[in-house]
Amino acid sequence: MPETPPEQAPALSENALRVSVDLNRCQAYAQCCYAAPRHFRIEGREALFYDPAPSGADRDAIERARISCPVQAIRVEDPERSAP
Amino acid sequence: MTRTAASGRAVVVGAALAGLRGAEALRRAGFAGSLTIVGAEPHPPYDRPPLSKHVLTGEVPAEATRLPSLVDLDATWRLGTAATGLDRHRRTLRLADGAELPYDRLLVATGTRARPWPNPHEGRLGGVYSIRDRDDAASLRAAFAARPRRVLIIGGGFIGCEVASACRSLDIPVTLVEPSATPLARVLGTHLGAVVRALHEARGVDLRCNAEVEWLEDDGAGHVSRARLAGGGSIEADVVVVALGAVRNTDWLAGSGLSADPGGLDCDGTGHALDEAGEPDTNIAAAGDVARFPHPLYDGRRVALEHWGNAVEQAEHAGRLLAGCPSEAPYGALPTFWSTQGGINIKSVGLTDGADGLVIAQGSPKEGRFLALYGRQGRCIAAVSIDCARWLPAYAAMIAERAPFPPIRRGTDQPAGLDILPPGLPEKPQR
Repeated sequence: MPETPPEQAPALSENALRVSVDLNRCQAYAQCCYAAPRHFRIEGREALFYDPAPSGADRDAIERARISCPVQAIRVEDPERSAP
Repeated sequence: MTRTAASGRAVVVGAALAGLRGAEALRRAGFAGSLTIVGAEPHPPYDRPPLSKHVLTGEVPAEATRLPSLVDLDATWRLGTAATGLDRHRRTLRLADGAELPYDRLLVATGTRARPWPNPHEGRLGGVYSIRDRDDAASLRAAFAARPRRVLIIGGGFIGCEVASACRSLDIPVTLVEPSATPLARVLGTHLGAVVRALHEARGVDLRCNAEVEWLEDDGAGHVSRARLAGGGSIEADVVVVALGAVRNTDWLAGSGLSADPGGLDCDGTGHALDEAGEPDTNIAAAGDVARFPHPLYDGRRVALEHWGNAVEQAEHAGRLLAGCPSEAPYGALPTFWSTQGGINIKSVGLTDGADGLVIAQGSPKEGRFLALYGRQGRCIAAVSIDCARWLPAYAAMIAERAPFPPIRRGTDQPAGLDILPPGLPEKPQR
């Protein structure tokens, strides 16, 4: 793993996940919104808003969101699980 | 030279999206040597799109934008240390702290910086912001949280429009000044730009098109108080956002013998950087906003694309190249981008530059959901969807194969007759 970055984000929980959605791929099927409604929502007709740093406590919901995406646009890194 | 994928010293300059994805691609392609990632900012790689949207509204903290990585990079990170020079004969990179870093393979992914306000004194006034980096966004968010009386945005490109949209979501009065007839005119043309203008005006943005800010006025205490417009008139504002586009970070390559200028670092189709004689340096590749390359889909025109998707795809291409496993075809991913503003989703594929016609191919502007297809000399070259994203892949395929323009008529959900409209793009491509 990379060495510890020089600055840790103070406002984030220690075990925050890292989420990124490829919004070029996203087609607003909104399956992520049903799987993890606290972290994904559709604004307007089809603009996806997502939480890029959900708490590790919500990892199961985030994983359901990831695998339910019909266009597989969601990437998730779980620092606790990928730690050596 | 012969290269084994297993060994050597790889250096990635630039620790943002392209640098991260390029480093991942190197490892995935089997590169097992040492890997160092150099970044000018102190932060590990983060995602920029939220910075001009939900970071400004306070829904996402700026520091929450750290990018996920799915590869164990086993890298040495040199964050907060800009690259300042490149010696290609000694294959050494110079860093801002005086250190020298040798390389066998170098990925240049230094991206861009915000184009500053042309008057440096005015640009340093309190209350004047630009937005490119995480720290910029955090500062501007703090300014918005303090409820400014009025925000003035200089420049009606995507960033300017997204910032204006964030202001209205916060119910902050906002004026946007744009020299063209509509916002987004350079990329979308004035035909679609007029749709975007109406959207922002309906949300209460004070849009001043065909207007330019001449100078910014000091309140006497070092803070901006007012902008004077060319031709008379002024706008009182306590926060000014300079959104005049970006400049490529190539200054550090001066004297390296590579072909680089503020428009980008030149690469060939395989992704190798070119020297001033036009010869590839096979130890160096470039990717992301900084890389200017001949796009095969647009007759080899050299473009440098400031798109999220390009940073990802070009970095993967370049990473494989440096690992000794190059792609068979030259890099030519279809350009794509998105922008959300004013509650709508704008998505695009292809490049609109030089379009001589536009048709509303799906949906209807009256209903606020439609897809516009741009043509040039009888071929489809780009498509822009407004809240109509599911149609986009079908048109992306047509653009990739340079299908005839105008396209098929009387398809599902298409208007009965397709009028060819003038897109209203600038005369000369400006990339």
